[in-house]
Amino acid sequence: MTATVTIARHVVQESVRRRVFAVVFLLTLAFLGLFILATVKAFAGPAPFVFGSGNLINAGQITSITTVTLLGLGSFASLFLATVLAVFLTLGAVRGDAERGLLQPLVVRPLGRAELLLGRFLGAVVVCVTYLTVLYAAVVVIVHQAGGHWPDHVLGPGLALNAAITILVAMSLLGSVFLSATANGIAMFMLYGAGLVSGLLASIAAALGAQTLLTIAHDMAIGLPFEGLYQAALHALGSNQTGVSRVLVNLGPFGASQAGGVSLVLWSGGYLAITALIAIVAFERRDL
Amino acid sequence: MSTAPETSLSADLLAQSPATTDQHALSVAGLGKRYRSVTALDGVELTVGPGELVGLVGANGAGKSTLMKIACGLVRPTTGTARIFGAHSDTREARRMLGYLAELFRFPGWCTGSEVLALHQRLSGSQGGRPERDELLELVGLSDAANRRVEEMSKGMQQRLGIAQALVGAPRLLLLDEPTSALDPAGRRTVRTLLLELRSRGIAVLLNSHLLGEVERVCDRVVILAAGKVVAAGRADELTMRGGVEIQTGNGTRRFPDARREDVPRIVAQLVSDGVEIFEVTVIRSTLEDAYLQLVDPT
Repeated sequence: MTATVTIARHVVQESVRRRVFAVVFLLTLAFLGLFILATVKAFAGPAPFVFGSGNLINAGQITSITTVTLLGLGSFASLFLATVLAVFLTLGAVRGDAERGLLQPLVVRPLGRAELLLGRFLGAVVVCVTYLTVLYAAVVVIVHQAGGHWPDHVLGPGLALNAAITILVAMSLLGSVFLSATANGIAMFMLYGAGLVSGLLASIAAALGAQTLLTIAHDMAIGLPFEGLYQAALHALGSNQTGVSRVLVNLGPFGASQAGGVSLVLWSGGYLAITALIAIVAFERRDL
Repeated sequence: MSTAPETSLSADLLAQSPATTDQHALSVAGLGKRYRSVTALDGVELTVGPGELVGLVGANGAGKSTLMKIACGLVRPTTGTARIFGAHSDTREARRMLGYLAELFRFPGWCTGSEVLALHQRLSGSQGGRPERDELLELVGLSDAANRRVEEMSKGMQQRLGIAQALVGAPRLLLLDEPTSALDPAGRRTVRTLLLELRSRGIAVLLNSHLLGEVERVCDRVVILAAGKVVAAGRADELTMRGGVEIQTGNGTRRFPDARREDVPRIVAQLVSDGVEIFEVTVIRSTLEDAYLQLVDPT
């Protein structure tokens, strides 16, 4: 266990000290700057959804919808940026590092390969969860300062997003056992994209009442539970919306019709365990 | 390819090894490794005694690095076993006793030399702390670069840092895969001196090197691999072939092609008694390179 902590600390140190992560920090500041600007403009702009002689929805609902949509946008961006960080931290963890000669000096030390992999996982999770939590908190505070509203739920969506990034870290580590760094990076972003598509499919299917489409989206979410967790986070952010507001939020790109639940939590935990098990077994068997 | 010396010399090697089976620093038995259709190792038998410095030589693709990797648990053998002081090479117990320098290795560029060693100290459970790091850096001539980032070090410096890393935790067996490949002549001499120092401390070393002169100079024994098999093994002077004795006399050069070093006094005495003036006596011996080429590439 000491070796696992040592490796995890090494990963955290790497994240702080490698120049590439200074770039991540600067880009994050740039994103937050743009997000502040967009948020202030969104709340200051003319009210949408005004038709003919009267308002379809009242001003309070408009503010509420804007709040939920901006929070959804912020959550999407937070998860996306954390995913970029997670993938870059882990994409070459096994095969990539072995090809570069970084892994061999560590593996010959008296620690198990499972401990090494677990250390890489924990280190990356600490970095990504910290990053995502800070970013998500910043998004919530920015929206509140600009619009005066807190989301319907704060903690639950934050936990769901962090669970999603944890699964993405595990998936990327698993990929790193089999694929070269470049191939793994490409595969991870394609899977991430596939997850987003399944979420959009679910929203469209719910709006249209298309059961087949909903089933497809549901099956994809089972295979990629980070997307289910992301959808659950979006749903919880606006869970108090009702009536027209609910429909309008759900029709937007940052609305979600699927709420999380115990089964999603259980499946996510099982998915994580299965992913870890396959990665460890494959790593144990790999010649370096 | 000549296979005549294989059986006798391999047998000699095993017989001459100074340790019993249980005491061997490294004991390799029937080791085989196949990568799909390619046979990298084929029934290799090899031992390294405690405090013994054994050179491993062979052409590219002969299986030297694969043997090294199996010995430190990076690669799983297809057949046979490799043991470090009696422990299976893929166990933590074995890895606690060895230090390894890979042929192709790299350390994180953002780490300093001292941090690299500190990381390996923690992973190996070494309690040496700062004094051990300072000693190792001094040993490889990097005392002044302890706080320099790896990415700012030359290739030779990184190589020396790799050697220091392999020595973290006071290993009893060192597996060095081409440790001098990136070093200049001064760096090579430093490593040679270091190897002799390690041997004097009782540390066993298996040295994989293409520099046959270096191997011949420092190693107690030499093992030659070809196509995954041990084709010769023994002391360097056993592997090299006698070339006779050459004597410069007042009447020109006299050659005694079958003579050995032990024959020199008798020959000289005979010549002197015959009234021949003697100016120089040379015992001719082939180099390890000659022996190696004859075994590995007779053409």
